[in-house]
Amino acid sequence: MDAKRTRAVNGVFSGVTFLSSFTVIMAVLGIFACLCLESAPAVREYGFFRFITETRWDYAENVFGGFRPLAGTVLTSAGALLIAVPVAIGIAVFITELCPSFLKGSISMAIELLAAIPSIIYGMWGLFTFAPLIENTLQKWIGGTFGQIPFIGSFFSAQYAGGVSIFTASLVLSIMIVPYIASIARDTFSQTPAILKESAYGIGATKWEVIRDVVMPYCKTGTNSGIIIAAGRALGETMAIAYVIGNRHGPLNSLFDPYTTITSVLANEFNEASGLHMSSLFLLAFILFIANFATLTAAKIYIRKKVNR
Amino acid sequence: MITGYARRKITNAAALVLSACAAALGLFFLFYILADVLRHGIMSINLKLFTLDAAPPMMAGAEGGLRQAFAGQLMLTGGAVLIGVPLGILGGTFLAEYGRFSKIGRFISGLSDITVSMPSIIIGTFIYSILVKPFGGFNGWAGAAALAVIMLPIVIRTTEEMMRLVPWTTREAAFALGAPYYKVITQVVWRGAAAGIFTGILLSVARVAGETAPLLFTSFNNNFLTFDMSGPMPSLTVTIYQYAASPYEEWVKLAWAASFVITLFILIINILGRQFIKWRYKN
Repeated sequence: MDAKRTRAVNGVFSGVTFLSSFTVIMAVLGIFACLCLESAPAVREYGFFRFITETRWDYAENVFGGFRPLAGTVLTSAGALLIAVPVAIGIAVFITELCPSFLKGSISMAIELLAAIPSIIYGMWGLFTFAPLIENTLQKWIGGTFGQIPFIGSFFSAQYAGGVSIFTASLVLSIMIVPYIASIARDTFSQTPAILKESAYGIGATKWEVIRDVVMPYCKTGTNSGIIIAAGRALGETMAIAYVIGNRHGPLNSLFDPYTTITSVLANEFNEASGLHMSSLFLLAFILFIANFATLTAAKIYIRKKVNR
Repeated sequence: MITGYARRKITNAAALVLSACAAALGLFFLFYILADVLRHGIMSINLKLFTLDAAPPMMAGAEGGLRQAFAGQLMLTGGAVLIGVPLGILGGTFLAEYGRFSKIGRFISGLSDITVSMPSIIIGTFIYSILVKPFGGFNGWAGAAALAVIMLPIVIRTTEEMMRLVPWTTREAAFALGAPYYKVITQVVWRGAAAGIFTGILLSVARVAGETAPLLFTSFNNNFLTFDMSGPMPSLTVTIYQYAASPYEEWVKLAWAASFVITLFILIINILGRQFIKWRYKN
């Protein structure tokens, strides 16, 4: 084979590989464009700000407002992070500082397997096993104690049966995002230079003081980016939420009320929707896309900035 | 009277005990969920599950299985592999070789990382608007395409990582023999990275096999065996979703059985794949 032909083959091959990798850009641009186009009728009808502040979601009146699904998504994600962050950091501390080395690998893998279990399995377990359990234990207990407090008591008492609620959804979601934070925190914890820790031990610090004052500040960037990535995951989690949130378009009066999120309303109503209803669903999907994309981009930029410094 | 030193000792012990509790909590939920799926699913596992199609509910003496969903799941996942894997391997090759110092290469690599975490239901709505709505109905190809879009960034990133692990001096040795770059890539780098790339592909298959949301609006579901990818295709996950919400006891049992099979499959691939990568890239 002469040199000319070799160069041509090499050029074609590099071109093909480039085009293949370019499909990622095409897919993201395609998603952006499609969601924009499909949600345009809803934006024209309501305007963006009226859409996100409108609370009604009414098929009969043909009015679709995004406030409740948006609030549901934000509340479940925030609740899940509130529970998952301390637990995940505890897991990372345990694996890097306490765990006997022969168990390290298997415990790390077990925690990571939590992320491999499909969303729909969390949904099955959540609906048939976990939600009734919560209804009979935590929900009863919280309703019985905090529910007695005047004025704010109603916020803690249950109005609906079955245990499906924004509270259960946050709990299930928190289990699902723990592995993302825990594995990143574990990786960064274990990269803390031994000399830093040893100098703290040398001046008499206890193990916890070393973790709190040396390891955690050193690993702030990694842990924070893990939390942001987990937040992105939480926003977009669909099937598990669709099972345990209860899918109710109504005001949220109690922690134990069924509610709705962007993803659950999409999963439940998309196939039966048409016209303005469909366009409103696409607008919700578009908002979720932007929120998720912005969150993960922020995590990327954050890491890059910190690492370069 | 608790002195400062004693208080520090107590705080230390409390913090460490709490972290052990956190780890125990994580393990507890893993085994709780697995035990629950096992407990509900194992009773409905029998040969009929794989050899019979779904029977209409409430029919006296009717025995049903999920053959149609297993077949559909295989075709959807197979279709996704056919589209996603070649594109992903070639794309990852560009990022690790030709484009490794270029701005566009780094940009695509970062974008793939972001796309890996994109909510799969959004990919479902996207494929709906380009492959379902214009063609007038749910179809298997759309389902396979949605799964392929989910696979693509995973395969791209794994391929890139695995090819970067092949030492640069190996390439130089091949260059020194006069091999052109494309031959170095296909005959040296790909061979060196093959085991890792293959494992990455297996893990991405395990990931898409459990996806439900992107199939809801694309391949949808039906209750009979079909090999026609241009019509609605049944899948295990969407079947689980619909059967679990049904009022028929038989269908709920089938949903648990399907959950059991899918969980077992995904766990086995994940455990073997991760162990293999750990063993292969220890040094």
